[in-house]
Order: sequence, then structure tokens, then C-alpha cells
Amino acid sequence: MIRQFGLPEALAILSGVQATILLSLIAFAGGGIVGLAVALMRTSEKTWLQRCAAFYIDFFQGTPLLMQLFLVFYGLPVLGYKVNPWVAVAIGFTLHASAFLGEIWRGSIQAVPRGQSEAAYALGLSYASRMRNVVLPQAMRISVAPTVGFMVQLIKGTSLAAIIGFVELSRSAQIIASATYKPLLAYGCAGIVYFVLCFPLSRLSMRLEKRFAVKT
Amino acid sequence: MTYHFDFSVLLPYWEQLLRGCWLTILLSAISIAAGLVIGILTALAKQSRFAAARVAAGTYVEIIRNTPFLVQVFFIFFGLPALGVSFQPWSAAVLALSLNCGAFSAEVIRGGIDAIARGQYEAGTALGLKPLQVFRYIVLKPALRIIFPALSGQFVLTLLTTSIVSSISAEELTSIAQSIDTLTFRSFEIYIVATILYLTMSFGFATVFKLVDRLYFSYPVK
Repeated sequence: MIRQFGLPEALAILSGVQATILLSLIAFAGGGIVGLAVALMRTSEKTWLQRCAAFYIDFFQGTPLLMQLFLVFYGLPVLGYKVNPWVAVAIGFTLHASAFLGEIWRGSIQAVPRGQSEAAYALGLSYASRMRNVVLPQAMRISVAPTVGFMVQLIKGTSLAAIIGFVELSRSAQIIASATYKPLLAYGCAGIVYFVLCFPLSRLSMRLEKRFAVKT
Repeated sequence: MTYHFDFSVLLPYWEQLLRGCWLTILLSAISIAAGLVIGILTALAKQSRFAAARVAAGTYVEIIRNTPFLVQVFFIFFGLPALGVSFQPWSAAVLALSLNCGAFSAEVIRGGIDAIARGQYEAGTALGLKPLQVFRYIVLKPALRIIFPALSGQFVLTLLTTSIVSSISAEELTSIAQSIDTLTFRSFEIYIVATILYLTMSFGFATVFKLVDRLYFSYPVK
């Protein structure tokens, strides 16, 4: 029996948006914490720390997100960790986001004039206080626009979780598409929902970028 | 627990993996070339005198940039046949990738064209160049030179995006890896190998683009 495509079906697709948003938020929060560590390592004075962080970033920026998800999804059980799909997907996206955020924030930290951290050093501030009170607050302002831009990329990226069977917006569209034989409508709907999520963020990122460009 | 890695079961499949790499490179190269043309045309349309062209170009770019590639490729491959347009998986993949690459390149290229000073156009016209010549020699080449690093980053991203077309069973490295996975049940090993192959390819692409930059865009400016 082929289902009709009506309001219930549209709502079923829409219900997937919850998982999409939640997954994006988890990835952003987790990626933010690990990413800060990556950025600090990348800008540290120790060469070996720099190299490790550079390798980490190059790896995640040089391989497809889909492969990264496959590696986590098939790799964790092999290494002896039986985890549910939520955990696997969350770990995959956290690692992915941390590399990209790390690279964005490295750029922002390096964009803060050197004199700032030198002055803080001359005042006798410790590394932690130099970073926390002098460099990072200024770097944060610089990084807001590209960070918001990356959030758009991350939200779109979560659609790949559908390929490993995780039910979010794209997967629910897929399910409805095969139940109703109306793929045009189903994927159209999903596309519109993604657009509604991403477009305001894209615009915000552009506005922030312009505002910052004027000030410098 | 102890897991014994066994990469040797993959050895008989080396030819298929190599074929996958070749198909991925081919798919990327075609989509990047088409995407570059689409990107240049879109960037031009965005500056057009005709409002309709500007709106059309802007809508295209925003729709592609704010929806996931997976949904775009599903829409083209599964959705469009309802309107009487159907594709083979590979053609659908090329179409989706080209449109995707085109929209992202358009934004980058527009930035480059904006960076060319107004006086340059006027100087070109004053020298008696035709509009197309002005565009080609005075606008496009210097603009591409300025944005080439950003553009090549975009192209490497297109290479990585090709892995997603495995979901419509277009044949390339990821789909071949998936089929080897179902034959050998060595998921972790096969995806480690595929990941290393992707890493090598994206590194190779980046190197080629750097070479192009050095050979084609390294003329002295002043």
C-alpha cells in the first residue's frame, strides 16, 4: 500500500529536524572544546605540539567526512567499544568539527598582534593568564564570523549520518520518499528545512564579516 | 579484546581500488572543470545589468550553499525523474557535483572580480580592447590569480565531496570500498585503506594546484 504524501508525511520529515539540530549542537560543543585545545597546540611554542596539531588538522581536512564517520562507526566496535549509533555519530562529528574549528581559531589567535602577547609576557603574566585574559578575548572577536560560517557546514554535514542509518532530517526524508514514492516532494521538503536552518546563519556570518572588516 | 588486523585479504582487490581512485579523480576533474565554468558565468550574472539574471544567480548560489550535498544529489537522482528527467547514477553525480562546485566557486570568483579596480576596465577600453578581451585579460586572469589559493581549496573540497555520490551507487572509490566491505567483512581495514587513498589524492590535487599557480599565475605584477 503506497502512502499518500500529505501533512502527516511532511510532519514526519520535519520531526527529523530535532535530531539534526541536537547532533549539530553536540558536535559544535564537543568540537569547540577539543578544537580549542587543537588551536592552542597549533600556536604553542613547542614544535612537537605544533606538528601533532598540524597532522590532526591535515588528516581531517584531507579526507571525506563520510570516511571519518565510517572509521568511527566500524572502528569503535572493532576496538572493543560497543556504543549506540548516537555516541558513534557524536564522536565522529566532534572529531571532525574540532579539526576545522581548531584551524579557524589558530588563524584568529595568530591574527592578534604579537605585541599583545609580548606585552602580557613583559608584565609577567603566566601562559594561562596571557591566553585567557589577553589573547583569546581578542581572537574570539575575529573568529566569530568564520565560526558561524562553519556551523552552516556542520549542519549540512550531519546529513551524512543518514548514510550510516542514523535517523535525522535526511534519513526521515529518505524513509518518507520510499513509503510514498514521492521523492521530489520528500527531498524538496528536507531541502527547504535545511535552507531555513542554514540561510539565516549564512547571512549572519556575512554580516559579521563585513562589520569586522570595517573596523580594521 | 584483541582484534587482528588483516590487510592481506584486501590484496586481491588492489585493481578495483585503483580503478576506484581513477573514477574518483575523473569524477572530480570533470566536475571541477564544469564547476569553474558555471562559477565564472554565475559570478558574471551576479553583476549583470538585468535584474532577472542577478536574482537567478543569487537564488542558485544560496540554495546550493544552504542545503546539504546529500539532499541535492538525492533530489536530482530520485526526485527529478518524477518530472520526466532521469539520469544514470554517474551523470546525476557529475551534474550534482558540478552544480555544487559551481555555486561555491561563484562566490569566490565574485570576490576576485570585485577586487579588480574600476580604472583597470577603463584603461582596457581606452586601449581599444573589445569587452570580451577586457574581461579575459584584464579582469578574469588577475582575478583568478588573486583567488586561486581559495579556489583550489574549494576544488579539493569537491574531491572529498565525491565520496557522497556512493549513496546513489555511482561508481567511485567509496562505493567500490563498500562493495569490497560486503565481500570481505573487513570494514575497518577497507575504510582505513580508502581513507589513506583519499588523503593521498587530496594531497596530490593540492600539489597540482600549487604547480598551476606557479606556472600560470606567477607573472610579475609591477
